[in-house]
Amino acid sequence: MPEPFDTRYDMTEAIAPPGGGPVDPAASGPRSLTGGPPLKGGPRRPPWRLPLRGRGEPGRRFGGPAAPTGRGLWTDAWHDLRRNPVFVVSALIILFLVVIAIWPQLIASGNPYHGDLARAQDGPAPGHPFGYDLQGRDVYTRTVYGARASITVGICATLGAALLGSVLGGLAGYFGGWWDALLSRIADVFFGIPILLGGLVFLSVVTSGSVWPVVGFIVLLGWPQISRIARGSVVTVKEHDYVQAARVLGASSGRTLLRHIAPNAVAPVIVVATIALGTYISLEATLSFLGVGLKPPTVSWGIDISSAATQIRNAPHMLLWPAGALSITVLAFIMLGDAVRDALDPKLR
Amino acid sequence: MSRLLEVCDLRVEFRTRDGVAEAVGGVSYAVDAGQTLAVLGESGSGKSVTAQAVMGILDSPPGRITGGQVLFQGRDLLTMGAEERRRIRGAAMAMIFQDALSALNPVVPVGAQLAEMYEVHRGMSRKDARRRAVELMERVRIPAAAQRAGDHPHQFSGGMRQRIMIAMAMALEPDLIIADEPTTALDVTVQAQVMEVLAELRREYAMGLVLITHDLGVVADVADTIAVMYAGRIVETAPVRDLYRRPAHPYTRGLLDSVPRVDHRGERLYAIKGAPPNPLALPSGCPFHPRCPRAQEVCRVERPPLYEVTAAAGTGSPGARTSACHFWKDELDALDAVNA
Amino acid sequence: MPSTPSTPETGTAEPVLEVRDLAKHYPLTRGVLVKRRIGAVRAVDTVSFALRRGETLGIVGESGCGKSTVAKLLVSLERPTAGTIHYRGEDITRLSGRALRAVRRNIQMVFQDPYTSLNPRMTVGDIVGEPFEIHPEAAPKGDRRRAVQDLLDVVGLNPEHISRYPHQFSGGQRQRIGIARGLALRPEIIVADEPVSALDVSVQAQVVNLMEALQNEFDLSYIFIAHDLSVVRHISDRVAVMYLGRIAETGTGREIYDHPTHPYTQALLSAVPVPDPEPREGRTRLLLTGDVPSPANPPTGCRFRTRCWKAQDRCAVEVPTLTPPPGLPGAASHPSACHFAEERAGIRA
Repeated sequence: MPEPFDTRYDMTEAIAPPGGGPVDPAASGPRSLTGGPPLKGGPRRPPWRLPLRGRGEPGRRFGGPAAPTGRGLWTDAWHDLRRNPVFVVSALIILFLVVIAIWPQLIASGNPYHGDLARAQDGPAPGHPFGYDLQGRDVYTRTVYGARASITVGICATLGAALLGSVLGGLAGYFGGWWDALLSRIADVFFGIPILLGGLVFLSVVTSGSVWPVVGFIVLLGWPQISRIARGSVVTVKEHDYVQAARVLGASSGRTLLRHIAPNAVAPVIVVATIALGTYISLEATLSFLGVGLKPPTVSWGIDISSAATQIRNAPHMLLWPAGALSITVLAFIMLGDAVRDALDPKLR
Repeated sequence: MSRLLEVCDLRVEFRTRDGVAEAVGGVSYAVDAGQTLAVLGESGSGKSVTAQAVMGILDSPPGRITGGQVLFQGRDLLTMGAEERRRIRGAAMAMIFQDALSALNPVVPVGAQLAEMYEVHRGMSRKDARRRAVELMERVRIPAAAQRAGDHPHQFSGGMRQRIMIAMAMALEPDLIIADEPTTALDVTVQAQVMEVLAELRREYAMGLVLITHDLGVVADVADTIAVMYAGRIVETAPVRDLYRRPAHPYTRGLLDSVPRVDHRGERLYAIKGAPPNPLALPSGCPFHPRCPRAQEVCRVERPPLYEVTAAAGTGSPGARTSACHFWKDELDALDAVNA
Repeated sequence: MPSTPSTPETGTAEPVLEVRDLAKHYPLTRGVLVKRRIGAVRAVDTVSFALRRGETLGIVGESGCGKSTVAKLLVSLERPTAGTIHYRGEDITRLSGRALRAVRRNIQMVFQDPYTSLNPRMTVGDIVGEPFEIHPEAAPKGDRRRAVQDLLDVVGLNPEHISRYPHQFSGGQRQRIGIARGLALRPEIIVADEPVSALDVSVQAQVVNLMEALQNEFDLSYIFIAHDLSVVRHISDRVAVMYLGRIAETGTGREIYDHPTHPYTQALLSAVPVPDPEPREGRTRLLLTGDVPSPANPPTGCRFRTRCWKAQDRCAVEVPTLTPPPGLPGAASHPSACHFAEERAGIRA
């Protein structure tokens, strides 16, 4: 008769492929098949009977061969992203935009407010490659300085909407019940507000020309989208057995949410937020164009496009440069969002 | 008896980001008309991939057939034209899947799905086709078939859906049915009903059946011959009684010893050590050697061919038996010594 | 070896868990904001059993019979609609807060799916160590890493793999991680819900053997829930067969498997395929007709009557009690909820 095997440590010999036990190649494309070299956990120890009692094997702590680093979702995603030219290009553009938003002087030495009416609407001149606007200000300098408003609005509005949306949506998904029903209905109400109409109504009463009312408005209208995604994601993750396991252990709601649910539910939120960032930037430009967003003296692509629009026939360069900068910025963020989604969404793999 | 299906040295590769996995590494088996061959293996053993390659429904890419022949009634399916192959696949061979819900069209009533088979392949009128569809549902013992023909797949229970799948497969009275884990998702009482229906229809139409499963119990009930797969290869083939009474491969024996029995309470279970190998990094020599209690140096170096197992005088029934173990003789001798 | 020091049927061992008239009804509601109750799914209905120290109680049944709901009720993942669960004399169904946490230390759970029961963003060390973070009193802070490694060692994993992620392990290894987590707080009772059904045959045996070894080592009591009658017979001292939210029959392994008196148990046993071609001619197969009725609308009286070949008018009216049927000899005299309970020849070879 077969000797009962000692089954301990057997697994060190055959490290199973990660990503799900024995790989069934018929299943959809394996995520990652190598688990690093098979590790030998030191010499094969004799099977010991009574663990936790009277075990003396000194020096057997955590040394040993380093375990291969975990290739989890993020590592895998990063692995993919680095090789994705769309990601690399858009990330470089965004990096550049962020740098000039912080330090516009780096590439533009002029003063965006200084105008020389004598040169109004003039075309490119030495030292002024993009020409002059209606009030004789340098279009190049204004285009560079305009990045700051767009990037600030985009990033702040996205952070605000993502934070508010994921907290509210996450709590709704986790606790459910009347809180979920109430929140979902509120979100629906905000969803129902037409953005432009809402912007014209809300922002026309604001007198400040700074970015903050615009950021606040976008957050107000943007969070329901994020909260829906966050809620759905949390509801899915909540059902996983590891969340149940934490509850069986007696983990508090806070712990369960922060350690188990949030890290596993955050990916779709990040994807949606990244794509939303681009649309928020164009929304800011649209509102500024309509005169209810940012207001002079703030330098913004939207404002410049607005003032250039009337002169499109005789001085197209005034429109071309800020509009081009806007398009490239929005495109970069949306491409980044797409690349991130492809990397994070396992269903597309 | 005529040879219905013969798979010869079939090889299938999967290209993945981390390399090429040999999912099926030279598999050969044969089914005669009216016979049931069970292909037994654990997940990742290549049993389903082999069936998909035979049926011509392998996902490609990432899968790719790199060699071998699939002879159906003497003709090679792998080299014939796509059109001809499709005709054979529709009428002469059919497949039953594990997950009936995803294999049936969710928006079409089941009666219409069955009737469509007759309309398309037999050119029947709509009315006749409907009538045949209801008959077929009665054959697989769906209660109140006439009323239920208008129901959609999700309105049926798992067992009933699996019967409808069987009905779909049987509709054109094929010569060969490949059933991939047909009852794995079902409860045991329902499983028994479904297997009964399948076995009965198979007998009636004298079809060949390739039953792909991991369940040693189901196999013992219905199979005539068994092919045991491990790591993309066949490790043993034998008539069902021989395989259960005198397994000639340590893996088969380990499997048999490791299942608990419902008919008597055993002692501690035998457990095959370790886990099935990574198909990207198969062990050298015999792929089972790291888990094998009988492994010798030669097993690590030399890949065992499929040895012909010759039955000792007076034991075992005649018929082709093979084992991919260098020490199949020792394995049998050891077993006989224990049993004696 | 799965031997119990005091045979459970003698009743000498004290019960550690006593379940009385346990019921769980999930309300069926309709409506968006205001929910209207239109019925209830009676997942578990008046279930009673006791678990004695050091024994394994197997609960078998087909899908939808309520066995997983029983597991959730036992580990307080769900609150029962009615009934009590006494752990060491104390009703735990009404506990909350600190008292509930204290009980949780003693009743732990092993989950079915080794792929969803471990948080993919946590290392094995964090997963197995989490019980100590939730219950800091269970292990002093400095010893935790050591304790985790000991646990990995106990379940047959290499303690040096402490910083690996779950996806780097095979299914069987992951199930061992789940067992280590359940074992960390040294519970008295482990509720295992289909712990081996997701594993390959050759790996199932490893995990079953491990669970048996751990039971002896740590004096554990198991509730072992499974649909696989063979595994349950192998590991259980006593068995309860559930059908549609109720226990149909209960007794020792020998009583249930060799002398079943309830028609459902008989049908269930006769349907199990035996991995042996020999007895297939000599066995009687009791093929049940139809499917399990919906628990939202269970049959009156005996719930099995709609599929039972013995059903009489009485069965539709009178709910059979779970008591030993009068007049049956020896091993056939064990609780069976059938008006016409009797042994039947040819069920087992």
